Amino acid sequence: MILSSTIFIPLGAATLVMLMKPQWRREIKIISAMSGVLCLVISAYLCLTYDTAKGGLQFVEMRPWIPTLGASYYLGVDGMNLSLVLLTAFIMLTGVFIAWNIDDRTKEFFALFLILVSGVFGVFVSMDLFLLFIFYELAVLPMYLLIGYWGSTRKEYGAMKLTLYLLAGSALLFFGMLALYFKANIWSFNLTELAKISYPESFQKWVFPFIFVGFAVLGGLWPLHTWSPVGHVAAPTSVSMLHAGVLMKLGAYGCLRVAILTFPQGAQFWAPYIAALTAVNIVYGSMVAMVQTDTKYVIGYSSVSHMGFVILGLCTLNEAGISGAVLQMFSHGIMTGLFFAVVGRFIYDRTHTRELKDLGGLRKPLPWANVAFIIAGLASMGLPGLSGFIAELHILIGVWERFPLIAALCGIAIVITAAYILRVIHRTFYGELNPKFASLPPETIQEKVSVAILCAVLIVVGIYPVVLLDTIHSAVDPTVKLLHHVQPAVPLEQITPPTTSVQAVTGAVATVTV
Amino acid sequence: MILDHLYLIPLLPFLATAFTAFLKRPQRSLSSGTVILAMSVSCVLAQWALWTTITQAHHGEVFRHATSFEWLRTGTQALQLGLVLDPLSASMVSMVTFVGLLIFIYSTGYMHEDKNYTRFFCFLSLFGGSMLGLVLSNSLVLMFIFWELVGVCSYALIGFWYHKPSAAEAAKKAFITTRIGDVGFFIGLLYLYAKSGNLMLFDSTAGLGVLDQANLAKLEQMTVTLPLFGVAAVSTVIALLLFCGAMGKSAQFPLHVWLPDAMEGPTSVSALIHAATMVAAGVFMIARMFPIFALGTRHGEMSTAMTVVASIGSFTALFAALIAVAQNDIKRVLAYSTISQLGYMVTGLGLGSVASGFFHLITHAFFKALLFLGSGSVIHGCHGEQDMLKMGGLRKTMPTTAWTYFVGTLALAGIFPLSGFWSKDEILLYAYHQNKAIYFIGSAGAFLTAFYMCRQIVLVFFGKQRSHDFHAHESPGSMLWPLRILAFFAITLGIVGCPYYRGNLFHHFISPEHHGLEPSMTVMLSSTVIALSGLILGFLVYGRSKAVEKGTDPLRNTLGLLHIILENKFYFDELYRNTALRAANFLASFFRAFDQLIIDGILHTVGFIALTLSTFNQWCDNFFINGGFDRSCSGILRGGETMSALQTGRIQDYLRFTALGTVFFYLAYMITLILQP
Repeated sequence: MILSSTIFIPLGAATLVMLMKPQWRREIKIISAMSGVLCLVISAYLCLTYDTAKGGLQFVEMRPWIPTLGASYYLGVDGMNLSLVLLTAFIMLTGVFIAWNIDDRTKEFFALFLILVSGVFGVFVSMDLFLLFIFYELAVLPMYLLIGYWGSTRKEYGAMKLTLYLLAGSALLFFGMLALYFKANIWSFNLTELAKISYPESFQKWVFPFIFVGFAVLGGLWPLHTWSPVGHVAAPTSVSMLHAGVLMKLGAYGCLRVAILTFPQGAQFWAPYIAALTAVNIVYGSMVAMVQTDTKYVIGYSSVSHMGFVILGLCTLNEAGISGAVLQMFSHGIMTGLFFAVVGRFIYDRTHTRELKDLGGLRKPLPWANVAFIIAGLASMGLPGLSGFIAELHILIGVWERFPLIAALCGIAIVITAAYILRVIHRTFYGELNPKFASLPPETIQEKVSVAILCAVLIVVGIYPVVLLDTIHSAVDPTVKLLHHVQPAVPLEQITPPTTSVQAVTGAVATVTV
Repeated sequence: MILDHLYLIPLLPFLATAFTAFLKRPQRSLSSGTVILAMSVSCVLAQWALWTTITQAHHGEVFRHATSFEWLRTGTQALQLGLVLDPLSASMVSMVTFVGLLIFIYSTGYMHEDKNYTRFFCFLSLFGGSMLGLVLSNSLVLMFIFWELVGVCSYALIGFWYHKPSAAEAAKKAFITTRIGDVGFFIGLLYLYAKSGNLMLFDSTAGLGVLDQANLAKLEQMTVTLPLFGVAAVSTVIALLLFCGAMGKSAQFPLHVWLPDAMEGPTSVSALIHAATMVAAGVFMIARMFPIFALGTRHGEMSTAMTVVASIGSFTALFAALIAVAQNDIKRVLAYSTISQLGYMVTGLGLGSVASGFFHLITHAFFKALLFLGSGSVIHGCHGEQDMLKMGGLRKTMPTTAWTYFVGTLALAGIFPLSGFWSKDEILLYAYHQNKAIYFIGSAGAFLTAFYMCRQIVLVFFGKQRSHDFHAHESPGSMLWPLRILAFFAITLGIVGCPYYRGNLFHHFISPEHHGLEPSMTVMLSSTVIALSGLILGFLVYGRSKAVEKGTDPLRNTLGLLHIILENKFYFDELYRNTALRAANFLASFFRAFDQLIIDGILHTVGFIALTLSTFNQWCDNFFINGGFDRSCSGILRGGETMSALQTGRIQDYLRFTALGTVFFYLAYMITLILQP
């Protein structure tokens, strides 16, 4: 019951909002905020009562749903998705606060926003592939309307691009899903059951990319990433927060839960190639972020870079890397939410510009924004004391074991990240204040509360990471043991990769032994 | 007793930071009072810890108290945190707290008029606390955490006057340059973790620490094949990666460019960075990790890592001293002098003598803090003027500042019997025995040091005041007392490292297992001669120069082009701006264009093709399917119309058709009958 409530509270709130009169703006916002608080309380309760000693799926709900297909209403959480449920709740609540100034069709905005959140919760707690897929689509569609109507810069283009990309991803995914369903031949979409079967290696090798890439489109894998910065820039602030903060994690989570856990040998085979792509993500994303002039684009590309870290962590297929990836999903979600809140709400809604050349000196009129942005920036640079460091430390320890060259390459990105974050801080908050912005409206209580919550999370996890890592390890460690239980019959080095040019790059990456 | 409460030493400044962070702007004395109180308690505890270390040491053995606890599990291995007290960390905390405290006290006077006084002390305390944490860390990962915190604090403090674009720029430069080194440190740390299974430095229970014998022996056996370099010892690679971090923090060539710009911060911050924190961190890290650097040393041959360290150190020592000769900003001269002196420390460590390099770190902290605070006093007295060519004759108006500054200068120049003499001399002694080239480079650097310091003294304190834009005045007592105390130590501290007083106490304290080299009269005499001649030459060039009176440097005409090159710091800023930065920008722009043109181009092409195809389909729909359907419909309609013409309604027509039909069917019947076989 308790997991269902995370899905149905936002959905119920959305229904309630739809029944209200459009001019009841304040009430609509309060209802949304209350559902956010409820979801946060429930997620926190889940995290606190989850038994890490026992591990495995807990709070399970299982009901038959479409028996003729073998689809069931099967929910459950373990260490891999628990922190993501918590993340969603945090972003949902702060997102509602950040959307407090939306007075244009308030009712429709919040209804769609809540449906979107409900879909996201649904994906994270579903353990049935069919159900997961339905929720996945439920999450993508309101996004189109939210961006298309309430968005800014090139909103129609951004909304269209994003939706088409994600639908293309789900097409790949749908195909892979059907192939899996028929190959398994157990008349079920139950993910735990599907993962128990050992599929023939050749099958794993060709189906794995469909499912992995299908999800990785949403995770922003290079070169399928260009929807993400454009979409983030176009989206209204709280939707950007949800989008970059949570939706991209849906993709990475799907890669882990569905693709890697079901096809361990496929994952072993493809990991070096995907790792090479994520290295591009990391370095390329950070470099492009460095030359952007629109603040939101900088954050958008920084997400591309950081999501590269997440997928890279998954590709290591070892405990350190995967648990780091899960933690990085959480950490990046909070951090990026904070970035977008500051840039979109504090700065853009006041100054109506995001161009670096027009900004400057905002430290004085917007002190909360300044501190919040610096904290998010330090987390983004991987500074110790904030959650980003713990996550990146884990990922890089994991990556060093498998792909030392990529780990070294990531070093470049660490320096560049510092450069672009400091660039934004300097151009936005330091220097002389543009006289146009001499009398900006003061920071509101909702804004302050939301950034304070997010900053606090970054700091708490940074200083006391065990709070999340214990649960993450309780799921990742046994799973990784299972992954390596079925070693490929042929050692990895002797498998001939499909094309020679890719082989040259990734082969070198995979086989350098230190 | 103190051993169980070691954590208090870094914790107290952190608590003070947390407390002052919540203070309001007008609560000035409360903030500085809290910070100073916390640091003074830390200082007392640190001296106690040092005393414990000295008294509890057994003869010929290093006293070491290490604690650790598990922090995080990463898969099968675990990261530990903990603190360690041994001679190295004890003497370092004792110095950092003491010098730090004096700088804090000095800051109350120096920053008196700044409106962000409260915030300044908050950061200052955080800076001190981070440095103390770094020093006491018994885990490389904890050291890295504090290391980064030190970096962040330096960023905040260098850019403290953020409304000055140059300060903001300098802060950014410092952060990013040191971060380049940190990446090396971080990778080295990952590598070491992969090879050792943990990152504890010393493990008092099971001996599993990174620097414990068992692990060192294990590391010594490992080799790795690197692309381009061939086979190398794992320990060499790790050591050099760690050294990258030290190069960034301790401003060694080629990552030295940030330190002179860091002068943009308030002077007390410069003093803190140059003496007690930040730059000392790099040298301290090498000293701490020295056993790894030394792996692979055989029969007195220096290991590869040590050779690299010593070469970079000695090169930096000379290189920075050369630049210092041509600088006119009082603080910039000191900044380059710091880089140069750090070069000596690194050289000392690279030559295999932890005690000598480290001793120079300690003595240098005192006299460099003295010089910086002195220069701050000068700047304060001259109302913010920093150009030495505009000063002059200040010894009359600022007597205390002047005499303490002389003491600092003599110590830095290495004049007998001040502290700098003993510490620098020991490094030169090692160089003399191990590598003559380094010895000569070091001596040349020492000559230049004496020369540029004499130049500074003459320009600032002698002659007549050349600019009349300001009325110089002596600084308040809160600024002068720290100077007097530091001057006392700059004179006397050498005693603990003097080979003639109970045989170099400091050396025995830091590394009791090694016997130091016998003191050499040749080295001592020659370095005294070198230092004196540097001073004398400086006095001859600047003391009676007409050019100086006019506000120009006499060397400028004599040296010509060389002087211009030196003035521009060998054009390193320009070099980096035009190579690395430009390449990074170019690549970034290229990637952005790639995103917009290639990836989105492909996307848009696909979109365009799909649209074209759809338009074509629509046309097909309209033309063939709809059109065909419509046409067949109208055909049927027309057919109907034609047929309807037959419906005349007259009985004759119908009978005619019936008859025709009958005939047709009769004929058809006949034909079938005939054709039938």
